[in-house]
Order: sequence, then C-alpha cells, then structure tokens
Amino acid sequence: MKLPGLYVHIPFCRSKCPYCGFYSLASTSLVSRWLDAFKKEVISYRGRFRCFDSLYLGGGTPTFLEVKTLKAVVDCLFSNFDFAPDTETTIEANPADLTPEKIKRIRGMGFNRINVGVQSFDDEALLFLGRRHTAGEAELVLKRLRSCGFDNIGIDLIYGFEGQSLKGWIETLKKALVFRPEHLSCYQLTFEKGTPFSKMKERGMIMPLGEEKECDFFTSTSKFLEVNGYDHYEISNFARKKAFYSRHNQKYWCHTPYLGLGPSAHSFHNSTRWWNVRSIRKYCEALENREAPVEGREGLTNEQMILESVALGLRTKKGFGLKQIGHDPKMMEMLFRLKKSGHIRIDKDSVVPTEKGYLVADCLPLYVIV
Amino acid sequence: MMPKIRNFSIIAHIDHGKSTLADRLIQRTGLVEDRKFRDQILDDMDIERERGITIKSQAVTLPYINKNGEQFELNLIDTPGHVDFSYEVSRALASCEGVLLVIDASQGVEAQTVANLYAAMEHDLAIIPVINKIDLSSADIESVKEQIEVDLALDSDTAILCSAKKGTGIEDVLEAVTEQIPPPSDDADGHLMALVFDAHYDPFRGTIVSCRIFSGHVKSGDRIRLMSNGATYKVEEVGIFRLGREPRGRLSVGEVGYIIAGIKTVSDTRIGDTITLDCDPAPNPLPGFREVKPVVFSSVYPVTSEDYTALTDSLEKYKLNDAALVFQKDSSAALGLGFRCGFLGLLHLEIVQERLEREFGQSIIMTVPTVQYRFVLANGETIRVDNPLYYPDPAGIEKAMEPYIRTSILIPERYMGVVMELCLERRGENSRFNYPTPGRIEVQIDMPLAEVIYDFYDRLKTVTQGYGSFDYDLLDYRKNDLAKLDILVNGEKVDALSQIVHRDHARSRAVQACKRLKEEIPRHLFKIAIQGAIGGTIIARSTVSPFRKDVTAKCYGGDITRKRKLLEKQKKGKKRMKMVGSVAIPQSAFVAVFKTDSK
Repeated sequence: MKLPGLYVHIPFCRSKCPYCGFYSLASTSLVSRWLDAFKKEVISYRGRFRCFDSLYLGGGTPTFLEVKTLKAVVDCLFSNFDFAPDTETTIEANPADLTPEKIKRIRGMGFNRINVGVQSFDDEALLFLGRRHTAGEAELVLKRLRSCGFDNIGIDLIYGFEGQSLKGWIETLKKALVFRPEHLSCYQLTFEKGTPFSKMKERGMIMPLGEEKECDFFTSTSKFLEVNGYDHYEISNFARKKAFYSRHNQKYWCHTPYLGLGPSAHSFHNSTRWWNVRSIRKYCEALENREAPVEGREGLTNEQMILESVALGLRTKKGFGLKQIGHDPKMMEMLFRLKKSGHIRIDKDSVVPTEKGYLVADCLPLYVIV
Repeated sequence: MMPKIRNFSIIAHIDHGKSTLADRLIQRTGLVEDRKFRDQILDDMDIERERGITIKSQAVTLPYINKNGEQFELNLIDTPGHVDFSYEVSRALASCEGVLLVIDASQGVEAQTVANLYAAMEHDLAIIPVINKIDLSSADIESVKEQIEVDLALDSDTAILCSAKKGTGIEDVLEAVTEQIPPPSDDADGHLMALVFDAHYDPFRGTIVSCRIFSGHVKSGDRIRLMSNGATYKVEEVGIFRLGREPRGRLSVGEVGYIIAGIKTVSDTRIGDTITLDCDPAPNPLPGFREVKPVVFSSVYPVTSEDYTALTDSLEKYKLNDAALVFQKDSSAALGLGFRCGFLGLLHLEIVQERLEREFGQSIIMTVPTVQYRFVLANGETIRVDNPLYYPDPAGIEKAMEPYIRTSILIPERYMGVVMELCLERRGENSRFNYPTPGRIEVQIDMPLAEVIYDFYDRLKTVTQGYGSFDYDLLDYRKNDLAKLDILVNGEKVDALSQIVHRDHARSRAVQACKRLKEEIPRHLFKIAIQGAIGGTIIARSTVSPFRKDVTAKCYGGDITRKRKLLEKQKKGKKRMKMVGSVAIPQSAFVAVFKTDSK
C-alpha cells in the first residue's frame, strides 16, 4: 500500500486572478483566526493517518503568507504528523512574492520542491491573466531558486487564450526550458464556473480558441516538450524523467489516500471522500466549536471506484489496469474499437491513452464503461 | 319528493373555458368546499391538468335547488375536447338532453364550436349558448352574438353571459339548465337499457362503467349483459358520481351513474355499448355503437432490451384504463423486441408515451408514427401495412393506397395564402372554401392522413399565428405512388427509421431525415455517416463529424467527485439512447426524423 499524501490549502492571495476557480480570499484580516483553526484541524487528525510521504502546500498563494505564519504551519504539521524520510515537500509560489530573503527562509523550512506560478513569459499575456509580476521578474526568481539549492523546480504555465499565437506560446515554452525545470504544468485555459473569465466569456468579451486551434496547441505543446526530453505523463503535466513526476499529484490519480486540510480541501481514504467547507469563516467557526469543518462526504461504491479509476487512468500515461474493469467481453470489444480508432494503446494488461486519447479524455470513459 | 333530473354536457372550442365553467358549477352547487377546491376538478390526470385538455370524460351529479325551490339533480357529463376522441364525445352527448355551448367572448365562434354544435344537433339536444370570459378587455359580446345568429343559426337572445373565471353569471347558467334542457324521458318499466359512455379502471374494484340509463333500472345483485359481445356480469354496486363515487340502492331511468360488476379490464367494455339485464334483455341495443379503430400506428421499444418484460407489464396495466389503445408484439433488427401500437390519433399517442414514461417509469423509444396503407399485390391479394417493416416486395405491388381525410380548417381570411401553401405542400387536393362569416374562411381540402399525423397541426398553428383551427373526417383510400425510404447509419440499415413516403417526395423527405438525424445524433469519437436510400439507391446523406477535443486541463483532489458525477450523468443519458452498432442514437431521433422543416 502506498503512503498517503498531505495537502494544505492556504486560502489567501494578494489578488484574485480572473481565470482561477480555487477558493481564496484577497485579504489578510482572517489569517490569524484561520491559523488557530488550522492548528485545531491538524490536531483533530493526529494519529488517524500513518506516515505521509508527500506534503503539498497549495492554495491560494502559500508564499503570500508572512514567513512566520508559513513557519507556524509547517512546524504544526511536522510536530503532529509522521513523514517518511524521503518525503516530497512542495510549496506553490507566486514569483511576485519570492524575495531573495523569502526564498532562503522557505528553503530553510525543508521544502525540497517548489512549483512556481509563472503562467507566461510574455508580459502582455501576464497582464491579460491578471498576474502581478513581469516575465523578467519571474526569470530572476527562477535563477535565484536554482542558486539557493532548489533542485526540483516546477513551472506552471497557461496557454490557449484569445490573441495568443502558437508561435508566441512556443516562445514561452522555450524561455521556460532555459531553466531546465524538472517539472512543467501546461494548462490550456479553462473557463472555470464563477470566475471573471467565465462571466466575460458569457458576455462575449473573451472567445475560446475553438476546437481546431485548441487541438493544435495541445499537440504542439506535447510534441515540443517530448522532443526536449519531457515525459507527457498527464494531460497537463510534463516531467524531465520519471523521478520528477509529481509524487503528490499522482496520489489523486491513483486512489492513493490523501488528507486535505483547510477550507475547500478534499480528502480520500478507504473508498471515502470528504471535503471541507468552502468558506474561511465557516471553517473557523466549525473548528472553534470543536466540530469538523466537513461539508460533504461520500462513500464510493465498487462501481464508482472503477469508473473513477478508468477516468483518472485515462488522463495519465500509466493508464488503467485491464483487471480493474474485470473481463467483460462488451468492454473488451469497446476497447479494441478505441484501439483501432487510435485513442488508446493496450500494453499487456493496461490500457493507455494516446495523444489523440488525451484530447478526449473527458468522454473516453463513457466508451470504455458500458 | 324525488329531485328532477337534467343531463347535460359542456362543449367548447379548446381554451374557451369549458373546464373552468365545469369547476365553477361544481363549486356553486356546494359539492365541494371552496377552500378544498382544486382547479379543474373533472380533469384528474396530471397530463390533462398540464395540457389543459380533457382526455377522459367523466361525470358528476350536482344537487341544485332552483329559484322556485324545486330540487334538481344535474348530471354534468364532461367530454374530451380533441378530434382524436370524437367518438367518445358522441357517446357522452348521446347520454344528454342538452348542452352548454361555450364561446369565448373575445375569440368568438371557432371550428370546434361549429363541429360541436353539429354533433349536439345530431343528437337533438337542447343547446344553450354561453358567452364566457366577458371580463376580458378584448371581449366583444355584440359580435359574438352576431356570430351565434349567423354562423350557428341560434337565438342569441338566449345566450347567457358569464365569466367562469370570475364566477359571474353562474347562477344564470344553472337556471337555464333547469329551464331549457328537457327532462329525460320516463320509461321506468321498460327493459333496462344503459348507454356506456366511459369506463375507467380502479385497482380495487376493477372497471367502473359510467352509464346513462335510458329505460328500466339496475341494482346490485342484477345480472347484466353487454349487448355488443353478450358477456354477462353480476352487479356488485351501483351509484352516482359526486367528487368520488357514492353508492345508491339502484340507478333508475334518466339517471347517470356507475356500475361495478367485476369487469376486469376496461377493454372488456366498449364505449357506446348498451347494458341490459341478462334475464330480461332489451330486444335492440341503443343506436350508435361502433368499434373504435386506431388510425395512427407506431412501435414502442424499451431503450434497453432487458426492460422488455417491464414494458410488457406496463402496457398491460396501462391498457386496463385505455380501451382505445391496441398493441401487439413487434420486433426490429435495430431495436429488438417491442410492440406495435395503434392509436386514435397523434395526441392519443403522445399521451400514451408520456404516461408510460411518467407513471410507469419506462424508458421507451417510439418510432415514426404511420398510417395504415393498403397494397394490392400482383396475385390479387390486398394487404394492410401499418408498419414500414412489412412493406411488401416492390416488384409485387400492383397498386398502393393510402387513407385520405377531409379537413375543416377555419381561419381568418388573411391566412388563406399560407394555409393553402401548407396544405398543397402536404399533397392536399380538391379544395373548397366556405365563408361562414365575413372575414373568415373554412378550407375543406382532401389530404392524405399520413401528411397530417405528425406535425400538421403544429405547423398550422404556426403559420396562422394560433388563429387556425383544425378538424377532420376520414374519407377513403386512394391510389398513390408510394415507396419505402430506408435510413442507414454508418452503413447499417436502421429498420426503425424507415418510413413509407410518396415517391415524388422521397428525395426531400430523405434529405430532411438525414438533416434531422444529424442534429439529433450527438457527436461521437468517430465520424458517423447518415444515408437515406430507396431500394439500393442512396438519395441523401449527411455526416456527423467526430469531436476531437473534450478534456479539461485540471484534475486534482477537488475535481474528481464532480468529474465522476458528470460521467455518471452522461452514462445515464447514454443509457436512454439506443446503440446501433457503435452509434448512440437518442430516443428523440426516432420521431424527429419525421419532422418537416419549419421555415
């Protein structure tokens, strides 16, 4: 059995980016109340999970917190939970927050992996995406991270928005490769429900690229990065070699247990998934009243587990195991049809999506599970 | 003293306020407390309530004391308000001595008003015109009165003004019923003759037969005989309808009520049949009985073949309460085992479809509705075909014939052009115009029934902006050049999508069908070719292009549940589609293929 992962959702940002659907507040007024509540939540889970081998601080913007707050979070985790010796500890960072001083302090806290939200190396694009840093600033930060000893750096990029040319996007990728990042996440712009971008789209102020261009961007990205030595190991994720696959994120895709702390965080354990309230205030109130800040919970049936395994597997290079779906002749028939149409490969006993399959990963499971 | 009896019905063009008036009469006679009152008491099926039309007729006995202090029992017999059910209407009218002819004060006399009037006149009924909705600002009472005089040739001075909605004039209506409608004839000593005008199924009591006693009387313990088939039953209970059933010692001449006699299904009774006593039968039945024959046919299949048994069960249960539906086993290469059903008309078909889905929880596919064709074969044999599956070998067809109707379309003059265009498009011929009043035209035209069963009425309403009304009579069978149009999906012939068409229209029908299917069939991972063919010749085609991208960028802890739920929902949706080879065809496609362009 694989070791569980630990996720902490830091629900604060300096400002909200118009494309982002994650929960956070652009205000610091609740930070100390949240920290107290967070400590209570940590204690409530003490002893309930065995040793973790990944820690991921996401959000929100963890680096937006003051160093002493971040330190308190990390200390609280290390003093209440057990971690394996080789634990992957990741922090998500906004280049705008990463002063030389902060980089040193973060490194000092024991983070061995940093994921930088660069989003683009094009200043115009950064403006459109509502980011509070320039390309030059991001480049400087990446250099500093290297010199401070970070030997596992991930860069997050967004592509495929109106006005961006394929050529411009490849330029951004080239600039990212200058830093030889161990990991790259390339997210095609999605209009998340409730975000300013999605509202603008409804009003016709932003147009999606359209199916054909979106496909072009996706396949070009994959080709370009594979040529440059990156494994396209998940729809939006690339790594320089297997060792640099995000250990923590893979847990989400393999039904490995994980504990999520903080508002809106999701947890999974023993075929059960539960999720916290999506409100700092409610989160704090619950914990202050010695209640779990859990909003919902679901026990997955065997059938649901299989559906998820297939759906999640088809988003990764690993695919899913044939034995997971049993040996249903109808499903086998469908699989061979998908193989013939070039959406999947069947490697021994596992089913693996092709590039063409990645592009339709959301509906592929419907063709597998009949 | 025995209360006096009046038997009457309310007839009206659709939406002229028949149901509201019925409700108001029930309310005024104190049968139900105001606060318990649900609108449209007589229409007790959900679908009726939603569509605002009456499907099954029902009756109710209203106690009433008139202004002279005389006691009455007023039997209100509700009639269905749609052409599909004209026979049921005629039996309900045969049970009355008079009718209230409701006319909307702003719409005036419409096609069904006239048709209803003629129906009432055929039964020699007293006719009381009631001008309803006088509270509307658009009410034009004077011109409606003129129409009553000119179009209907009735005395407009006898017309009663009311607003059923506001409750004004209701007293006048009730008084008129007692004064103007003659009492039923009084032959208490004759043989029992009871006219069946409705029947419905009660899970505890079996069939409840609604009837009007024309002579003699009936009580529990009597052995009754149904004169159409000679079946006999022992009467368990008789009574009258209040809001529920109210048992009585006996039903006597002139009365309207119910008989419960251990009759298992509604199909064992026939609307229009005469009930008599087994020991002392009447020499002849009451006139007017005829077998109801279906005119529209369609097949019903379960979406998944495992549900066949459940569908069988549901149809049998449904049939308990709907004698007009006929069905028999059917099978299709594309859709598996199912049933071929016959309906009175398209509305009847839709009602059956909705009730099977809603009340019985069945996921069904209904194929394109069709009429019954006749083919004279080379060997001299004539065969009847109501299912394209059984279209005979074209080489052996000597003569092909299809049923024709004569329409009665009533429209304001300004729509004559568009209506004629529509009718001619639908192979109308032999048109005649009548001018019932200045500014209005009645278009009589002969048309193949096949051309009106699908969406003719919808199209008529569209082109006339709602002002057109439509009624028809079946005429005869006429010779035509017919052909069978097949549809192929990815090269596979889908027999359930076949239709019989006029050869001149074959190409346009095929193009239309391919276009519709292209709209109805969702995109798949692969290309889908849709073709229309006659014999082996492809005459139309369309393509559903595959989708290339359907993927969201992010999938982390918080996204998985949502993603799975979406997949589960899509999976459920797909379950409601029919797999033909590897193509999922939605239920709607099987009927949409028939829909014409709404230009």
